[in-house]
Amino acid sequence: MAYKIITSQCTACSACEPECPNNAIRAKDGTYVIDPKKCTECIGYFDDAQCVAVCPVDNTCVIDASYPRYQARA
Amino acid sequence: MQQASGLSGIGIKVVQSLDQVMQNVAEHKGCGTSGGSGKASCGSAAGQGDLPPEIWEKVKNHPCYSEEAHHHYARMHVAVAPACNIQCNYCNRKYDCANESRPGVVSEKLTPEQAAKKVLAVASTIPQMTVLGIAGPGDPLANPEKTFKTFELISKTAPDIKLCLSTNGLSLPDHVDTIKRFNVDHVTITINMVDPEVGQHIYPWIFWKHKRVTGIEAARILTERQMQGLEMLTAAGILCKVNSVMIPGINDHHLVEVNRAVKSRGAFLHNIMPLISAPEHGTVFGLNGQRGPSAQELKALQDSCEGEMNMMRHCRQCRADAVGLLGEDRSAEFTTEKIMAMDVQYDATSRKAYQEQVEHERQEKVAAKTEELVELAGEDSDITILVAVATKGSGRINEHFGHAKEFQVYELSAMGAKFVGHRRVDLYCQGGYGEEESLDTIIRAINDCSAVFVAKIGGCPRDELTKAGIDPVDQFAHEFIEQSAIAYFKEYLRKVKSGALVHVEKGDAAIRQGAYVVA
Repeated sequence: MAYKIITSQCTACSACEPECPNNAIRAKDGTYVIDPKKCTECIGYFDDAQCVAVCPVDNTCVIDASYPRYQARA
Repeated sequence: MQQASGLSGIGIKVVQSLDQVMQNVAEHKGCGTSGGSGKASCGSAAGQGDLPPEIWEKVKNHPCYSEEAHHHYARMHVAVAPACNIQCNYCNRKYDCANESRPGVVSEKLTPEQAAKKVLAVASTIPQMTVLGIAGPGDPLANPEKTFKTFELISKTAPDIKLCLSTNGLSLPDHVDTIKRFNVDHVTITINMVDPEVGQHIYPWIFWKHKRVTGIEAARILTERQMQGLEMLTAAGILCKVNSVMIPGINDHHLVEVNRAVKSRGAFLHNIMPLISAPEHGTVFGLNGQRGPSAQELKALQDSCEGEMNMMRHCRQCRADAVGLLGEDRSAEFTTEKIMAMDVQYDATSRKAYQEQVEHERQEKVAAKTEELVELAGEDSDITILVAVATKGSGRINEHFGHAKEFQVYELSAMGAKFVGHRRVDLYCQGGYGEEESLDTIIRAINDCSAVFVAKIGGCPRDELTKAGIDPVDQFAHEFIEQSAIAYFKEYLRKVKSGALVHVEKGDAAIRQGAYVVA
């Protein structure tokens, strides 16, 4: 799985963009999107998903169940 | 974004120079309290007052740092900093409305390049615009690249414009050297508490070292960083204003302690603002029914802190994209679309000429007030009254009652006339719509005033005001405010003495909480 941003809730404040250790977040059409191919759920970097921790609107950065859970490489 | 490596270097510098700086701060004792009537707000005495020349240079045309300057000089904010690193219970970043005027609200965000163009466009159109601030809509120092890029661009193209920023302080210690390097000489920190026990009820969380920290721990880190940042600014010779939001039942009594804490660390000016809280704002405080203070509660707290240091009372709690004199908002004239279409010629010479004219008028105003004060000197009376004034700037009574978006409030006593605040009101004159209701709103907002000074007033509101015990005064139309107020007060005292008038203590007044609708 990866994280995704619920577009309708995003205030486009940009706080998540520089916090992402994978550079997976970018501005798109007036809001922000997470590239699921790059997102590692911050595993291997931080204890908490950074986009979730910094986002000012609760339940806006959420797990995208349509992707398999990220597996840290051994 | 953490720049921890730079911190230790700054730390050493602080230790070396702090004593000396604190000494300097102690010597100038805040700002502008010049003897007798010197309880005036910052720098508002006869010009420079007892301010050291270098401080006076910094504040004399900064509308937020000098009450006296705010009648003449304008400021603008550019909304280049959307991200924030803390959550406050009085802020909701989802709510965004062009008709709403309060901190954290903007209509459109700008890139640093758009912001630089906007500053030039505004500076060319409004020659008395002297200050550019970055105040959000998030925290400028949570967006350091955008914030400092904007300062860099502006300092190249418009070097005469003063730069300032306002921050929650969490990342301030990491950026003081950069702030200094860009010649930002005014920094505002919002400090609502110095006790984490109090802070936990104001801040649900902070984002700190890659974690969301909550509760008392969050407030403890925040207050430590704020105090450290303030001390570093003082050591760097950067003027610091402290903003505090007065939240009845949560930090209202505690703000006296905050006042002492920031004063002892060299803050120049303290601005205690009323909480703006309404359910439609969607903030935690708005939704849980937390009330803001009344006008008299706010004034009492400001008065009790004033012995300690200079209080700012002319703050309009403006938007993060406000443009114009405090209390007016011309941001709609400068949307990105309009700016990009403008052919901007930055003419520093004509700006200078205009500002010299302002200085001249300002001196005239001070002289007029001083003259009137001399006559008041003989008065021996304990009577104090408040009066409301309709003005559109330049320190004159030059606004029609029905056109006033706000009233400035002066306290009159044997000491003279002292600016003590302002009251935002609905536009009364809205083409016949809801006029009676608006008049009620105005009366509630200035209910603690004995008189209202206007350039002109219609018959109906005149009667209603009189009925409410507020004397409508138009005899000083287009005259200087303070001079007129003192003249009125002398006459008031004379009438009380002769028995022609009975002095009555007025009641409390309401601070507007709802949305401010742009006319």
